[in-house]
Amino acid sequence: MSAPTKHRSAEEIGRTELGPRPFPELGEQRATADLDVVDTTLANGLRVIAVRRSSVPLVELRVRIPFGDPATSGTGSAHAARAEVLANTVLTGTATRSRVDVDTELALVGGELDAVVDPERLAFSGNALVSGLDTLLDVLRDALTGATYPDEEVERERARLVERIRLARSQPNVIAREALQRHLYGDHPYAKEMPEAEEVAAVTRGDVEALHAAAVLPRGSVLVVVGDLAPDAAVRAVEGALGGWTGEGTAVSLSPLPVVRGGDVVLVHRPGAVQSQIRLAGRGLERTDDRYPALQLANLVYGGFFSSRLVENIREDKGYTYSARSHPEFTPGGATLMVDADTASAVTAAALLETRYELARLGLVPPTESEVDTARRYAVGSLLTATSSQGGLASFLVNLAGLGLGVEWFTGHPDRLATVTVEQVAEVALEFFAPTAFTGVLVGDADLLAPQLRALGGVTLP
Amino acid sequence: MALPELHRFTLPNGLRVVFAPDPSAPVVGVSVHYDVGFRSEPEGRTGFAHLFEHLMFQGSESLEKLAHFRHVQSSGGTFNGSTHPDYTDYYQVLPSAALERALFLEADRMRAPKLTEENLRNQIDVVKEEIRLNVLNRPYGGFPWILLPPVLFRTFPNAHNGYGDFTDLENATVDDCAAFFDTYYAPGNAVLTVAGDFDVETAKGLVEKHFGDVPARPVPVRPSFAEAAPKGELRAEHTDQHAPMPAIALGYRIPDPVNDVTGYLTYLVLAGVLTDGDGSRLQQRLVHRDASVVDVGAGCGLFGPLEARDPDTFSITAIHSPEVTSAQVIASVDEELQRLADEGPTAQELAKVTARWVSTMHREHDRLTSRTLGLGSAELLFGRAELLYELPDKLAGITTDEVAAAAKALRPDSRAVLILNPANGGNE
Repeated sequence: MSAPTKHRSAEEIGRTELGPRPFPELGEQRATADLDVVDTTLANGLRVIAVRRSSVPLVELRVRIPFGDPATSGTGSAHAARAEVLANTVLTGTATRSRVDVDTELALVGGELDAVVDPERLAFSGNALVSGLDTLLDVLRDALTGATYPDEEVERERARLVERIRLARSQPNVIAREALQRHLYGDHPYAKEMPEAEEVAAVTRGDVEALHAAAVLPRGSVLVVVGDLAPDAAVRAVEGALGGWTGEGTAVSLSPLPVVRGGDVVLVHRPGAVQSQIRLAGRGLERTDDRYPALQLANLVYGGFFSSRLVENIREDKGYTYSARSHPEFTPGGATLMVDADTASAVTAAALLETRYELARLGLVPPTESEVDTARRYAVGSLLTATSSQGGLASFLVNLAGLGLGVEWFTGHPDRLATVTVEQVAEVALEFFAPTAFTGVLVGDADLLAPQLRALGGVTLP
Repeated sequence: MALPELHRFTLPNGLRVVFAPDPSAPVVGVSVHYDVGFRSEPEGRTGFAHLFEHLMFQGSESLEKLAHFRHVQSSGGTFNGSTHPDYTDYYQVLPSAALERALFLEADRMRAPKLTEENLRNQIDVVKEEIRLNVLNRPYGGFPWILLPPVLFRTFPNAHNGYGDFTDLENATVDDCAAFFDTYYAPGNAVLTVAGDFDVETAKGLVEKHFGDVPARPVPVRPSFAEAAPKGELRAEHTDQHAPMPAIALGYRIPDPVNDVTGYLTYLVLAGVLTDGDGSRLQQRLVHRDASVVDVGAGCGLFGPLEARDPDTFSITAIHSPEVTSAQVIASVDEELQRLADEGPTAQELAKVTARWVSTMHREHDRLTSRTLGLGSAELLFGRAELLYELPDKLAGITTDEVAAAAKALRPDSRAVLILNPANGGNE
């Protein structure tokens, strides 16, 4: 590359007369203002959490309805397919609104409302200008209490869902996720994140209506509203709109998962892949466990943020990957530690070796005082930045509520992190990050990967 | 939308500074936007601007390799950088106590980055993994942002792949890095933005303390990337090894957002009328009535609106069923554009688009990362950080006639058509 003008050399650029300068100390941190919150349960059993956050004249809404398959096995169960069709059509028609009416009314108040489902819950997520809260709540009420599931909408969304499932299953991360969930949890309904095309094709309008009547229930569900409004007024608005939403019984939570035990990594063949997905998993701890804060810090040091041992090793030192990370996933009745890395076929086995090496090292050469302090400050600071917007706070709180927790857990967490000792981190690192505690899947081109993985060991080849 | 208080000043070395104080949460955002993107990289060095962005995280005179990440994260913050057609940005969002640290980190690498052979080789490997992840190993990778420009544009700056090809990346040298830095990363070629919880006078002192002695260097003359709009319909086909279904992308030229912001924004409104929400024209027609496509989208700029100078692209993309031909999908799009051109949208359609944009802008403003980056890029590209807050009023002022005229200008005889075919013909 020829420079347009004469330029300095890299060495000249990298130094100044003054030389390296001292890194500044932190200034004084202003405390976060106390949250103005109401957390209450309506007569119909719906828990409502309302928080004032006045940064912008908007309101964010989240609803979580436990929506587990009551069957013990996902295999052959029609629940997942019916739930997907329900989520994709619940906002497409009521006695007084068509799909286009819903879109128009919401758009005119700067609003949106979507429904999605996964094995654990049916979720509504929406927002609007704060002046449009009543419209947003009325559309939600109409869908929860009066969705009519018009024939043509059910038919069209069923067909579209089949196409979207096909699209999703062409994504390497989805292929890896489905293989991992099956490997970890077998036929537990939790592992069935997407139904089969033929199951979707068999869903009728009557099936969806019946599922709605049986499972879209206020008791056991939670609604979070965050925005530029007084929390008690928000609760009154929710009660006014949704007080008439009733139903027999309690929304269904999934049964606890089988415990994740260590074992071989299973290689899944994806012909022609130029990159592999490494997905490892081991047992974690629930947020309410006394040792959770220590495990959270141990996870950060391992692979939970950029300044972690895993990222510094396989990305910044060896260049094996663009993305490597570890993170807890909170599951029905427990938690799983996940380790993800995507890496070129030629270095996949080497990346797996280093990933396991760092697991072992976390227990045997435990995190230092400085590593723990970095992780601790990141945990506190990133919680602050992630929840500094209305949408971020609403999403965080609805997830906490799904675990049975409330705002006190959120506000109390920095203090819990502050008291964790290096010894406590070392103890959980040794127990939970042992390579033998992990299992997993690896998706890639088996023709290229098999010789090296066979030599490495601990991998079941196809 | 109420205009927040903005402060701006320029240091003697030419660095432009924008302050947007807001004490509503104890967090602060710091960004630096350099006026160079992948349109400026020379032939034979595709992907260089992005590769260089990675190098800027690899240490500087006062900071060893890895120190940047550790300092930001041990202060409780997050960081990233990204490369666009016309600019490259870097940011930190942190608890407000760490403001001086973020300024120090940005100043140190603006003054004296460490550009070494070892770090260059390491980051070439990382970038290749990034390209495998986002392009080569996934369905619809690079669709349409890498695939459409070479159909719509003829000149190298506008047409080439900004991620780069592997040979070009591997050929990059440390001396290329030195030349690129000296040419484009001058303080006078950058905008520093600070948004969030801070005191203006204190922050001004800190900016002067840390950036004041970054030596001034000549600012490169920005070349024009202008080229004529296509004459005729330009077509290309691409075979995707992983995609299960075919797709189309239509690309059109749109007015210069610098000289004709209203003309440009008319297309932003048109995009909303076409594909935003279940009631939009193309969702109604293609997804629900014809049931020919799975998803359809339209928008200004392949990286989002107001993210590039002229020439910029208006695109319409759809993934469709293999049972319909791309010609059928395109014919339906053209019919709907013609109908809009003849009859115009309704006042209610425009009211919907405008209200959703007002809400979207508030939401972007509420996320400190997007607020900081949005102010910085508006200042750099348009010289007006305020533009962010003026958009709702400007959008509300756009008339049904203007949108009809914009739809009419999306002519089949002056556009690019990209057809994406699955390698297996769409059969499983």
